[in-house]
Amino acid sequence: MGAKAMGARVRRMEDPALLTGRAVFTDDIHLPGMLEAAFVRSAHAHARIRGVDASAAEAMPGVVKVVTTADLPADLRSVRVPFQVPNPAITQPFQQRLLEDEEVCFVGEPIAMVLADTRYRAEDAAAAVAIDYEILPAASDCRDALADDAKPCHAESDNNLCAEFKLGYGDAASVFAGAEHVFEVSLWSHRGAGLAIENRAIVAEPDTLRDVVTLWSATQSPFLVKQNVVDMLDWPADRLRVIAPEVGGGFGPKTVYYVEEALIPLCAMMFDRPIKWVEDRRENFVATNQERDQYWDMALACDGDGKILAVRGTMIHDTGAYMPWGIISPYISATTVPGPYVVPAYELTTRVALTNKVAVTPVRGAGRPQAVFAMERLLDRAADGLGIDRAEIRRRNFIPTEAMPYSFGLIFRDGQPMTYDSGDYPRCQAEALALADYDGFADRRAKAVVEGRHIGIGIANFVEGTGLGPFEGATVRVHANGKVTVYTGGGDSGQGHWTTLAQLCAEPLGVDPQDIAVEVGDTGKIANGIGTFASRIAVNAGNSVHLAATSVREKAIKIASHLLEAAEEDLDIEDGRIFVKGVPEVSTTLRDVARAVRGMPGFSLPGGVEPGLESTEYFSPPQAAYCNGTAVVEVEVDPETGDVEILKFAMAHDSGNLINPFIVDGQVQGACAHGIGNTLLEWMGYDDDAQPLTTTFADYLLPGAPDVPRVDVVHVESPTPNNPLGVKGAGEGGTIPALAAIVAAVEDALGPFGIALDDVPIMPGRLTELIDDARARTG
Amino acid sequence: MADRRRVSVTINGDTYEREVETRLLLSDFIRHECELTGTHVGCEHGVCGACTILLDGITARSCLMLAVQADGHELLTIEGIAPNEEELHPLQQAFMDNHGLQCGYCTPGMLTTLLEFLRDNPNPTEKEVRVAISGNLCRCTGYQGIVDAALDAAGRLRGEAEA
Repeated sequence: MGAKAMGARVRRMEDPALLTGRAVFTDDIHLPGMLEAAFVRSAHAHARIRGVDASAAEAMPGVVKVVTTADLPADLRSVRVPFQVPNPAITQPFQQRLLEDEEVCFVGEPIAMVLADTRYRAEDAAAAVAIDYEILPAASDCRDALADDAKPCHAESDNNLCAEFKLGYGDAASVFAGAEHVFEVSLWSHRGAGLAIENRAIVAEPDTLRDVVTLWSATQSPFLVKQNVVDMLDWPADRLRVIAPEVGGGFGPKTVYYVEEALIPLCAMMFDRPIKWVEDRRENFVATNQERDQYWDMALACDGDGKILAVRGTMIHDTGAYMPWGIISPYISATTVPGPYVVPAYELTTRVALTNKVAVTPVRGAGRPQAVFAMERLLDRAADGLGIDRAEIRRRNFIPTEAMPYSFGLIFRDGQPMTYDSGDYPRCQAEALALADYDGFADRRAKAVVEGRHIGIGIANFVEGTGLGPFEGATVRVHANGKVTVYTGGGDSGQGHWTTLAQLCAEPLGVDPQDIAVEVGDTGKIANGIGTFASRIAVNAGNSVHLAATSVREKAIKIASHLLEAAEEDLDIEDGRIFVKGVPEVSTTLRDVARAVRGMPGFSLPGGVEPGLESTEYFSPPQAAYCNGTAVVEVEVDPETGDVEILKFAMAHDSGNLINPFIVDGQVQGACAHGIGNTLLEWMGYDDDAQPLTTTFADYLLPGAPDVPRVDVVHVESPTPNNPLGVKGAGEGGTIPALAAIVAAVEDALGPFGIALDDVPIMPGRLTELIDDARARTG
Repeated sequence: MADRRRVSVTINGDTYEREVETRLLLSDFIRHECELTGTHVGCEHGVCGACTILLDGITARSCLMLAVQADGHELLTIEGIAPNEEELHPLQQAFMDNHGLQCGYCTPGMLTTLLEFLRDNPNPTEKEVRVAISGNLCRCTGYQGIVDAALDAAGRLRGEAEA
């Protein structure tokens, strides 16, 4: 089994526990004497707090304490969330405090935390905490927020521009000045919330005798949580152990650290009681980071053959009231625009606006779907304007495969020059077109027209920097009983790390993946780690496991060569046995080798032998591994209801070598569903006072099973030369082109009405409005 | 608010007797009073479907019921689906074989919903399966693995019925 593990469709080892209800999520933890927390959160988008009266609440049954700023240790009252990812472009890096008692800047900002014996009683008391607010003007729309007369979203500032940066290369201005053809678009691109079905959840268990706290958190990044909590509270690093148990979906928002993750262990120590807090769904809509609005004004210059000469424009990004993840999302957007195309000159000015809303941090796709939407809209306009087929104009502009590795003058979010490592962009599009039977579409449309049906087809390409550093590590250990365990830092929120990493360990070690245990997401099990985001685990943890398992193999063979009195090069490992090739009866086992390297009490180990049959390796990628792909989508639109049915969704996806296609297929299908929801259903609405309007699943619509078609996936495998396994990330690729391809298809279907679709989401009400307008125009 | 009643509920064949506040949700009763934490809570307003259980064989959202309303009734939760500790139910096995779950958080509601559906519709079409689970949100799978699992399970269960 070992030798064939890489690339095998191995069934997931995670599944039995999840399918029988035995798996433990954070809210499943019950500890003796545990208190439950409920938060009092700001009801206003912007207000000064004149007073907090918790006296009535504290007198209520079961209430242990209503914690306000004044109850915190003096040195922690004004401490702010550590600034994670600085960038010189950021001029106003506002960060949250543990609890606010002066000025609240978004609906949902925590003001007090009630601790009670049950959650029900904690919520009763939270409702009884009286807050005296002086309401201040709020910034809601990010374009208005940047106007000269805009009221500031933080009273201490006089404007809402918190970062501005220009990216580009070449001389776009002079290209545009002399260009034969220029096409322009103005786009509103709205990306919604992550909305994992499990909300955030935290349990803290204090041990005052040993001065340690165990913190379980439904996070994607247990090591980042640990680092931030100890930094913010100024704790010794050894006081805190963070465990991400089973996590019920992440999708980005659980990457970032939240103040509740510090407040709860702090109070657990202060009151010497375990504390649990589980976010409810409304809180998740108001207090968990999301993505939201970007406004793009873009232009493309090309020649008469549709060959791109330059792209330029401006973009405004709504970042919310605080910047826990800096400008990562808009920065990624700005660097994603050129994508798989030869763009000789590029220039984009991005302005990042503070608004009185919960912070914007990456959601699956992380700013890329919006950028791909901008580029692909421009190409569709150019194709239509020049009378070139939409597939053909792309074909004419692809970076040729022989140009790899390809650099073009931008610096990516990883700080490295953008150098596409590998990929076959023309082939990806060709595969996706074939899968969607693009050539047969004209016939299908002709038939549909006869039947009075409106069908359309759309194409979108993307390139995505995945597998970002700095590193992830893995320990591979063969225990003295012969059992193998892999330890790594990034938690699992559905990606199947146990299975995938066991496969990677199995191959060099010559054991069955089923016999390997994998422990992820526990700061107590490995010294260093980062987290599961940015499609980075296969590259970072995967290669670490591969390197560590390879090193354990070498160690095992070395020891076995002594035990068997055979040359190392004559030995092989299979099914946990180390044997002389061609003489399998001369053998030992990994178990015996593991015992041998434990030695005997009092006796020296043989020379050159390190204790323990184990190895720890940290893989640090030199740069991003660039995944790419093409989505081709065919839709039918009902012009009377605005309903969009996706008839066909074809996806060609290149994430390098595949570790487990069974799992990668699931990642791509799931990622496409996020893109479908984003395009057709999801809208995180706010009114003019920045009061959230969509805080239930009845108001904010997620795609259900009837809305999401089967995605036909074809894998193109262009291994990256930048890591030993040749793998790239696969978690977000499906989401990134979906938006652009679906909108293009819907616009194509509505061709007879002459409607340009420049805004997403395209919900039914909006579509029928546009269709009615078009009908009125044409009489 | 402090009104308390004694309730007796049979879950997966075992009887649980507790004195609870009348306002206690059935989902919280199952999870925190009986400590059967396989049933999950995702929205507490009846849309996501993760908390779906079978009440006397009929699907119900345990977040939209009070524990006192379940007094005297029989419940089935995810913990009671497998025939024994070692084996999976054919529906569970089909989920495993078709990648019908990723994070597993919506899975309890998917399984209970499909148990009822496949009992009443042993030979469904793909479209019927999609409609059957249209009240259960999954953010990971894009549903395809779940739909394939349901169709696969239907075949396995029909095979069992014939045998």
